[in-house]
Amino acid sequence: MNHLQSNPMILFNNVCKNFGKLKALDDINLELNAGKSYALVGPNGSGKTTLIKSLLGLVVPTTGEILFDKKSIANDWKYRKKIGYMPQIGRYPDNMTIGQLVDMMKNIRGDEDHEKVDEELIDAFKLYKIYEKRMHTLSGGTRQKVSAALAFLFNAPVLILDEPTAGLDPVSVEILKEKILHEKRRGKLLLISSHILNDLEELATEVVYIFEGKVHFNNTIESLKMETNEKRLGKAIATFIRQKELLASINQ
Amino acid sequence: MNAILLSVLLSAAPLVLLSKTIVVSRDGEVNSLKKAISIAAPGDTLLVKPGIYREGNLLVNKSIVILGEGLPVLDGENKYEILTINANDVTISGLKFIDTGTASITDIAAISVSDAKGIKIIGNTFQDTFFGIHFSNTTQSLIESNQLESDATAEQEIGNGIHLWKCENITINNNVIKGHRDGIYFEFATHCLITNNRSERNLRYGLHFMFSHNDEYRNNFFVDNGAGVSVMYTKGVKMINNTFKHNWGSSSYGLLLKEISDSFVTGNRFLENSIGIYMEGSSRIELTDNLFYRNGYAVKLQASCDGNTFTHNNFSSNTFDIATNGNLVLNTINSNYWDRYEGYDLNKDNIGDIPYRPVSMYSMVVERMPTAVLLWRSFLVFLMDRAEKAIPVLTPENLKDESPSIKPYDLI
Amino acid sequence: MTRVIKYIFYDILRTRFILLYTVFLLVSTFAMFQLDSDTGKVVLSLLNIILIVVPLISVVFTTIHFYNSYEFIELMLAQPVNRSVIFLGEYLSVAISLCSACLVGIGVPALLFGADERAITLLFTGVTLTLVFVSLAFLASVLTRDKAKAIGIALLFWFYFSLIYDGLLLWVVFSFSDYPLEKVTLALIALNPVDLARIIMLLKLDIAALMGYTGAFYKDFFGSHAGIIFSTSILVIWIIVPLMAASRIFSKKDL
Repeated sequence: MNHLQSNPMILFNNVCKNFGKLKALDDINLELNAGKSYALVGPNGSGKTTLIKSLLGLVVPTTGEILFDKKSIANDWKYRKKIGYMPQIGRYPDNMTIGQLVDMMKNIRGDEDHEKVDEELIDAFKLYKIYEKRMHTLSGGTRQKVSAALAFLFNAPVLILDEPTAGLDPVSVEILKEKILHEKRRGKLLLISSHILNDLEELATEVVYIFEGKVHFNNTIESLKMETNEKRLGKAIATFIRQKELLASINQ
Repeated sequence: MNAILLSVLLSAAPLVLLSKTIVVSRDGEVNSLKKAISIAAPGDTLLVKPGIYREGNLLVNKSIVILGEGLPVLDGENKYEILTINANDVTISGLKFIDTGTASITDIAAISVSDAKGIKIIGNTFQDTFFGIHFSNTTQSLIESNQLESDATAEQEIGNGIHLWKCENITINNNVIKGHRDGIYFEFATHCLITNNRSERNLRYGLHFMFSHNDEYRNNFFVDNGAGVSVMYTKGVKMINNTFKHNWGSSSYGLLLKEISDSFVTGNRFLENSIGIYMEGSSRIELTDNLFYRNGYAVKLQASCDGNTFTHNNFSSNTFDIATNGNLVLNTINSNYWDRYEGYDLNKDNIGDIPYRPVSMYSMVVERMPTAVLLWRSFLVFLMDRAEKAIPVLTPENLKDESPSIKPYDLI
Repeated sequence: MTRVIKYIFYDILRTRFILLYTVFLLVSTFAMFQLDSDTGKVVLSLLNIILIVVPLISVVFTTIHFYNSYEFIELMLAQPVNRSVIFLGEYLSVAISLCSACLVGIGVPALLFGADERAITLLFTGVTLTLVFVSLAFLASVLTRDKAKAIGIALLFWFYFSLIYDGLLLWVVFSFSDYPLEKVTLALIALNPVDLARIIMLLKLDIAALMGYTGAFYKDFFGSHAGIIFSTSILVIWIIVPLMAASRIFSKKDL
């Protein structure tokens, strides 16, 4: 087993998740290694968010196991200290202000080393100017900024970003991308799901393609491009899908 | 009462002229009651000086007066009946009787009187006596201002305070009876007058009578007795201005009327009893001007009762006003005050314009299925009672007060 | 844990509902004490509030709170925080707030007007029923994702225990009225926390005398040490079992 040798940070072993009859995750085997940056792509409803949520323990797999640092995450919670998570739709207690929310997160997560918090995005997005605003008054974009700021706040070695650029204005997108690239350079494990493939091309080195709950491709972006003989990630994926479909029909 | 006194005086008159006083004292010439009685002639007075006299059983067979001075003590040593009287016109006064014997077959008493008349028991104290005063087959006598107190804990350990069997024309006035089995017990005692007594903390009944016709009870106070007051198989009873208070327990009544007929229950106060009046097989009783306050059931009227009338009574703060176990309405309930009445009085004549139904549905349910009582005060029962008020189904249609008073009557 | 509870508390207090609830209880209790000088009767009137209003408020408030905290729970669960800490934190915060509302709202007037053993038993039943119905409401909340459905289930619990169950009990008593039912009904009473609380309270109020043989039997039983242990443990079971079930479901629940 080569992933034992490569010692992955995160390992999915035959993970299945059923919601009633729907197979959201169908026998997922996946390894994610430290220092790499993964683009998680796939059409709507393919299982991207479920995969991310199961990694966070928000969704409990029906069968299979997920290892984080070689330890199963089932009934564990300490491993989440190493994860910064930016949800697709940030949902926060309505009556809290941004300031209270940030303070609360610091209070709950920042146990021993307070000075290590990374407030770069709070500054960059100028969130401190609207610290008094309550969460339910915020626009979708501002919420995303808050989500992003919270995800990066604790210097976690693993960053999971679910559609990070959706709903952000162009300036903020650039700020966020800068930040992501910066963290990538610092050797963090990044798992980014997005529809905007051009963004991913800049941010990720690896691509994980899932469709109907299955992982169909897991390799570097470069190798995908070589395989499909395409120059852009979007095209490469499209070609890859067509090749797959063709292969499937031939097999039948 | 005057007639009795007069007759007592007249019968004693010839003796009074010749009577002498014998002083009984522990260190005197006559140092025992036994000796004094033996030397006394009818009409004499024995003046008993303070001290404790332990003389077993004393038989009084002469018409004498035994008068205590400074409350001399006659001790039954937990063995003896103390005074046994079988002569007429004996007066016992100012003595203290303690510790009679006890027995399960014979009625051992501090003072036992049989086949006599003109007896007066006045101002004595009884402590821990089995029976206190026991009269049988006696007439025209007076029991007045005595204090009787025992502290038994079980009914079989103790007799009655004042016990009358086959007596006539007895007056019982101003006595206090505590801690006996029955405070006052009558069997075949007729034409008696019972007034101003206080019967308290007796294990069974404060007052208990059977087959005792034409007696009158006034201004007595029955409180905290094990089972309240129970009267049975009697006609022509007058119960007036008595108080029945706090007779509380699962088989306890303020007043239990069983097979009583042609009687009056007037001006009494029934306070905090688990059942104010329980009536069974009783007929033609007039219940007027009584106050029922904070009883569990003010009145439990069994279907076996007929021809009774309830008028001018005040019912307030009772858990249930009237409960019954049948649908037959043979009794009259009219012009009472009910604090639960929710009607109105448009013509301002102080009489409610719509009738009051004193029987709650839940009490009917419980009459039929006693176990259903465990749902008491539940939301379900509350809703059922409300629904029943709107559309009566279970409660007797005709059991109602047609002219309920808007204001409470001004009773004593 | 304390840090999490602190924020949940903060959130509960901000809605002011608990404050309103406390004021409601205070006002009603004060009014009852003022209208009637007999403590026994006031305790009886308060019993109605304890048996009907307190459970109702408890289930409705708990369910609404749980769904209003969904974002918070979701946020917390993505953080390095134990699931059971979140769950227990939510339970404790809700339970403590509702119980203190009950203790203050009923306890303070009772103290001012002279509390006796009956008032203390009343408070005990109030607190116990609050805990039981908060547990049941948590169970209802984790059973479904839909807020309306959860409130429906929670209300059904309330309706069942305060009304339907007693209807069934009455039916049992009616159908088998020829048999000695004391022991059977005792068991049936224990299966409903509201009935159990009511009976304990009635026995304290010395009204058992009106309850005839059944009352005497119950009084004997609940007056004994075994009876006290029995009723207390049954009530504790009514708190613990739904809570454990809810906790188990929550620990596997997808968010």
